Amino acid sequence: MKTMKRKVFTAAALTGAAIMVTGCELPVGVETDQKGYRGLGLEQVTKRHLEARKRADMEIPPVEGPASTGGPKAGDIYENVEVLGDLSIGEFNRLMNAITAWVAPEEGCNYCHVPGNFADENIYTKIVSRNMLEMTKTINTEWDAHVGQTGVTCYTCHMGNPVPENIWYEDPGMKQAGGFAALRMGQNLAGDNVASSSLPNDVFSAFLQEDPKNIRITPRTSLPGPEDPDNLVDAEWVHGLMIHFSDALGATCTTCHNTNNFPDWTNSPVQRVTAWHGIELVRMLNVDYLNPLQPVYPANRLGASGDAPKANCATCHNGLQLPLDGAPMLNDYPELNRVERREGWTPVQGDAATTEAKADVAQDAADA
Amino acid sequence: MAEYQNIFNRVQVQAEPEAGVPIEGGKRERIGKPTLVYWFGKIGSAQLGPIYLGWTGLLSIVFGLTAILIIGFNFLAQVNYDVIQFIRQFFWLGLEPPQPEYGLGIPPLQEGGWWLMAGFFLTTSLLLWWVRMYRRARALELGTHVAWAFASAIFLFLCLGFFRPLLMGDWSEAVPFGIFPHLDWTTAFSLKYGNLYYNPFHMLSIAFLYGSALLFAMHGATVLAVGRYGGEREIEQITDRGTASDRAALFWRWTMGFNATMESIHRWAWWFAVLVPVTGGIGILLTGTVVDNWYLWAIDHGVAPSYPDVHPGVEDPVK
Repeated sequence: MKTMKRKVFTAAALTGAAIMVTGCELPVGVETDQKGYRGLGLEQVTKRHLEARKRADMEIPPVEGPASTGGPKAGDIYENVEVLGDLSIGEFNRLMNAITAWVAPEEGCNYCHVPGNFADENIYTKIVSRNMLEMTKTINTEWDAHVGQTGVTCYTCHMGNPVPENIWYEDPGMKQAGGFAALRMGQNLAGDNVASSSLPNDVFSAFLQEDPKNIRITPRTSLPGPEDPDNLVDAEWVHGLMIHFSDALGATCTTCHNTNNFPDWTNSPVQRVTAWHGIELVRMLNVDYLNPLQPVYPANRLGASGDAPKANCATCHNGLQLPLDGAPMLNDYPELNRVERREGWTPVQGDAATTEAKADVAQDAADA
Repeated sequence: MAEYQNIFNRVQVQAEPEAGVPIEGGKRERIGKPTLVYWFGKIGSAQLGPIYLGWTGLLSIVFGLTAILIIGFNFLAQVNYDVIQFIRQFFWLGLEPPQPEYGLGIPPLQEGGWWLMAGFFLTTSLLLWWVRMYRRARALELGTHVAWAFASAIFLFLCLGFFRPLLMGDWSEAVPFGIFPHLDWTTAFSLKYGNLYYNPFHMLSIAFLYGSALLFAMHGATVLAVGRYGGEREIEQITDRGTASDRAALFWRWTMGFNATMESIHRWAWWFAVLVPVTGGIGILLTGTVVDNWYLWAIDHGVAPSYPDVHPGVEDPVK
């Protein structure tokens, strides 16, 4: 009887230990597609359960009905249509409806427009969305190395939220004692940006902004050369950024790297080239489009250090290797690629902003 | 009580605690009245004490505590003296070595000065403890095998935190103090220097580490298995047939054609264990000083094969 008890206890302890060592991520639903010789880590890993969770609240909105391409241009009829002025009235209103569904489905037109006066420029969301439209066009027309033919729409990042779920601010971490106390040096807290690891946390400020830190820290020669400006601390920063990549895309190291030699391109999966352009793209977005909007935002949209909300990999990818599983939404809205700042345009201020246009938009809103 | 029939058993015989053999000039050698602790008896000898701390032991503890307090209070300061956060973040917190710009110079306290001090105190503590082990072994007129085994571990510790940073001319190459931070250092070390798995000394260290575990298991199992024949009396049995010692040797000759002797198995075990940190330390010392990218080094020297390219046509976008 006593040995029986002991055996049961041992079995229970072993089972418990086995469960503990499997850790937080159950090995269920992880699929490995072997690409090269076995045992080399040349594999693409799919985390089905994780992806399913990301897809659970992902819904592609229905396509707006087609619009007439003829007739007068929106910029000639409505006032203060700066970047979509070359669209026909029909196309313009179709796109406005789509954007409402993508960005502010609950708040409606009034999220970006002053009620009753759609031409009014005194609402920050309108200014931001105008810049975002230009940004979208730039991504789709100049960055096919990263976004391919799928491209992006407002919905790629917004997914029905006025503010995309995954944005970032400068993050110095929690307050620490001053005086002679040792500094954390930007690391050694459970970091939100780096999947709760203790790696340097604010990798976005370091790598996805102007004057970024060097990512290529591993020497390309077997023996030490005369110059190696990088050191172990830099390697920890890069590792932090790579953790963000994995987390933001549901990816692993082997998605982009042949892990026997991380810096080697010739044996890397092609995803790495796409990701490289992604880094360049995100830097451009932050520097050219998102930082400059800082003065436009109200205080509650700014970070703790007063910086504008910015983008990283997760902003668009939302945990998937292909944002929205590669849904080709841009195909249905080619108008997004016709964003063009009208020459010599200055906003019309005040109440004069046309009653005619007001009535029109009100009518459209009622129709919608 | 069937167990008692085996000489190797877990039965605790309670008797007057043993003071141990007398040693020369040994008046101050042992302090405290020994007692028996039942739960100690579960995993080892039930007797607690007498102990000997001595000046080296006492100073070692003082220096060690100083190091731990420096590390601990800096952890606490890093979460602004918030005890809850200290507990929550304990595994994440770290005391980092000086930043690269200070080279081997003396940095301000908050930028690595505390790390240098903690390192100094911890090293002193370890060295004093080593002296103590050496001197206690000599006092009992033993060999000094334990002290030298401990020295091999101290050698690896110093390679990581002292010798290699000296060779690199940079304290920032050293390991931080902290649970996760020192693991971050480890991965960063491999990433920075082109994959440590291709470092032959790392390979040797792993082989000796796993080998140690294997030898430990084989030896422990063998001695326990022949306990019923008095296997603990190894040496006095080796000349006779049918003894525990003889059966143990026969068992391994049967199963793998070769057997260690009752003496050599302990040398095997000692060298395997000692070579883990020794080879590991050499591997650390060569990294970044003599070799900058271990994978490329391994390709150069035919250590790593080149495999077929399964991702043809991928090129560095930066030309």
